[in-house]
Amino acid sequence: MTYLIDRRLQGKNKSAVNRERFLRRYKAQIKDAVGRAIKGRSITDIENGEKVSIPVKDVGEPSFGHAHGGIWESVHPGNQEYQKGDQINRPKGGGGSGRGRAGNSDQLTEDDFIFELSREEFMNYFFEDLELPHMVKTQLAATTEFKNQRAGYTVSGTPSNIHVLRSLRGALGRRIAVGGNSRKRMIEADKELETLLLEGEPLDSPRVQELKKLIHHLHTRLLAIPFIDPFDLRYANRIKVPKPMTQAVMFCIMDVSGSMDETRKDTAKRFFILLYLFLKRVYDKIEVVFIRHHTAAAEVDEDEFFHSRESGGTVVSSALHLLNKIIDERYGAGSWNAYVAQASDGDNWDNDSVMCRQLLVNTIMPKVQYYTYVEITDGPPQNLWEQYAQIPDHHAHFAMQKIVTPADIYPVFRELFKKQPK
Amino acid sequence: MNEMIKKQRHPRALPDQSEWTFELIEQAHEEIRRVAENFGLDTYPNQLEIITAEQMIDAYTSVGMPVSYNHWSFGKHFLSTEKGYKRGQMGLAYEIVINSNPCIAYLMEENSLTMQALVIAHAAYGHNSFFKGNYLFRTWTDADAIVDYMVFAKNYIAECEQRHGIDAVELLLDSCHAIQHYGVDRYKRPAKLTLAQERARQKEREAYVQSQINELWRTLPRREEEAINEVQRRFPPEPEENLLYFIEKYAPLLEPWQREMVRIVRKISQYFYPQRQTQVMNEGWATFWHYTILNQLYDEGIVGDGFMMEFLKSHTNVVYQPPVNSPYYGGINPYALGFAMMSDIRRICENPTLEDREWFPGIAGSDWRKTLDFAMRNFKDESFIAQYLSPRLIREFHFFSVLDDDNNEKLAVSAIHDELGYRYVRQQLADQYNLGNREPNIQVWSVNTRDDRALTLRHTQFQRRPLNQQANEVLKHVARLWGFDVHLETVTPNGEVIGTMEVKREKRARNS
Repeated sequence: MTYLIDRRLQGKNKSAVNRERFLRRYKAQIKDAVGRAIKGRSITDIENGEKVSIPVKDVGEPSFGHAHGGIWESVHPGNQEYQKGDQINRPKGGGGSGRGRAGNSDQLTEDDFIFELSREEFMNYFFEDLELPHMVKTQLAATTEFKNQRAGYTVSGTPSNIHVLRSLRGALGRRIAVGGNSRKRMIEADKELETLLLEGEPLDSPRVQELKKLIHHLHTRLLAIPFIDPFDLRYANRIKVPKPMTQAVMFCIMDVSGSMDETRKDTAKRFFILLYLFLKRVYDKIEVVFIRHHTAAAEVDEDEFFHSRESGGTVVSSALHLLNKIIDERYGAGSWNAYVAQASDGDNWDNDSVMCRQLLVNTIMPKVQYYTYVEITDGPPQNLWEQYAQIPDHHAHFAMQKIVTPADIYPVFRELFKKQPK
Repeated sequence: MNEMIKKQRHPRALPDQSEWTFELIEQAHEEIRRVAENFGLDTYPNQLEIITAEQMIDAYTSVGMPVSYNHWSFGKHFLSTEKGYKRGQMGLAYEIVINSNPCIAYLMEENSLTMQALVIAHAAYGHNSFFKGNYLFRTWTDADAIVDYMVFAKNYIAECEQRHGIDAVELLLDSCHAIQHYGVDRYKRPAKLTLAQERARQKEREAYVQSQINELWRTLPRREEEAINEVQRRFPPEPEENLLYFIEKYAPLLEPWQREMVRIVRKISQYFYPQRQTQVMNEGWATFWHYTILNQLYDEGIVGDGFMMEFLKSHTNVVYQPPVNSPYYGGINPYALGFAMMSDIRRICENPTLEDREWFPGIAGSDWRKTLDFAMRNFKDESFIAQYLSPRLIREFHFFSVLDDDNNEKLAVSAIHDELGYRYVRQQLADQYNLGNREPNIQVWSVNTRDDRALTLRHTQFQRRPLNQQANEVLKHVARLWGFDVHLETVTPNGEVIGTMEVKREKRARNS
């Protein structure tokens, strides 16, 4: 008795629990790795899995075993040159007595245990610091949304998709087309028979008999045309199309004066990433523009944005002027949705802050979809904060937040996420 | 398989195609079954399961069992296998076969028809008949009950996780896994149980064991004369080789559910013990039979030349033994050695030389099927090699023996494939497969029942070999299970203590 069983459809992801247990156990190490990865990655490249490595000694499962030492006698194949009694130098690869394949028996080859985090897992670790609400997390982590859309009819499909009206209409057409000739001839024959009979032809004359036969024959033929044929079946066709999206441009503005240190930049980066992820859900095409400023502003590439150091004072309005200029030159004409994320430590020249507010309220805010500002500081608010605080009175699509840890970032976007339910 | 004029197609010939279908697999299986039966292979009924590559990795991960409890170490195993597979660094094994009744063999969906036939012959007839026939498997494993037991274990441990938390269960399993190779009875025979009996017994055991322990660790003063009599008694009366068994029965602080989990790990370990002792034989036997069966099919005209070329290509890959100076050398390939020995026994039976008649007077010229069957049933790797490795094979493999004594400056070649060396090489190779030599000999030596309840383990040194650096880590796990201090004494074979290691245990600290 033999059974042949197809198991392919069942029992997928049987090891998912074990995998999750493993990740759970090494959470701290994995989080570190994810943190490092975020630092190293481009904002636009955040949504990939990540290779994580953990020192082998941490994931080891110890067991009793022999170390090298004492007497080992072993048999090997492939002797070519040795005779009994030959003396061989000990193979190199570690001297002294505790060498060779000793110690950690099976763990010599690799120093690190390396594995891949999936995209979802990576995003989860990333979100964990940010303390995103659950709904937002799923919203961001979801893959591209598709929408089912009707797209005419096809000749093949599942029975549940049969389009009755279309199929019957097709059948009718086919019956008319296929039977057209016969029907025409039958009508003609009918007419001729009628005239003949009216003219007094006897019923058993050969012509009448012939016509009757013909009519009968054509009638049978017409009846033989199937009412509906597999050929007639039409199925409603549905295709998946990506949800309609448009293009957006995202401006990252960051203060790179001397007071912005590495940790602050890192927090700012997470802030930018979060905005990027959000936009990614809503827009098909996103361009990212990086503007950094101290006393003067410049448009730079991402690498320079995060990694080069500048020092000096701070004039925020220089960046806003540049922002305005770029919007007008490259992203105007209403075909772009502009989002701005600004990060700063709050320093600004006193009289410049008023100008910033005016510039924002009067010029920039009407042109952008949403403006977010974070002040990465644990000190008291400064003049820029006070000026910015007046903006929400004029424009609702402005959000600002003082943040100390990455967990404080999310509230800045609360409005944004609320406004754009999926 | 030599005539070129085999033009007439056999009516039941398999088509020359590499895609398999269910019908073709059934057809191939039917032919293989017929041939195997003619050769007298006695097997459990077969259950062939088609699985995906991912499911194959799953099966790897859960120690080749169709069901298993959850633990992070399996996840780790999964991740590393998956990584290796996805990057193309390693292929998956063609087959996994489970020693159960019916015998479950996995066929991976991406294998070609030829490979499926190879796997069926190898696993469903080769390994299967070995599981059913070999004395170790007959003694130590119960093919009827294992799948049920694994279901029981999985459910029990899942229930423990719910009641006591994932962390507590995980810690306990970590500790049990650390000494799982010391959870084996080498001499006592386990009783057969069904799932229902196992459940019932488990409840009884909980109650009974706890009462025993209460007795052992009783702190109420006894009457004086009794106490005097008992002062001399040592505990345990005899050293105990099965550490997990000892812990399950006597660890003072474990709770009943913890004891049951120790038992589960111990049972599973015991189940795999025969496999670890019969690697060369088991693989050799299965490889020999897939080779013999498929060649028979070819001779009959059931399979064609293309099939045979593909089969021979993977067969030769499997039985390749790189020589010692090759960069691919990683020890002796059990498939190569096992296949060579099984084929050699057949040769000795069918075409013995003078040398064979001298070395193997008992089997030279005998019926090869009976002789092979006897060898398969009654040996393990160690004794199989000691009994059957012929001088001819030693020559073919160019075996030589190297002595590595850390008292000497250099390694010494102690024997090669010549008249003087045959017996020596054979004995050394057999010893190399003796699990008792390969793993450190560690047993429970004594428990201080009168004072601090410390457990003393004894490592009896073999050939002056030291313990590895992980020993201290393992000892911590033992201490976690035992609940009190644990000492490990290293003694020479004469009983002279030459080193001790100890792990202190904070008293009364449970579950941590």
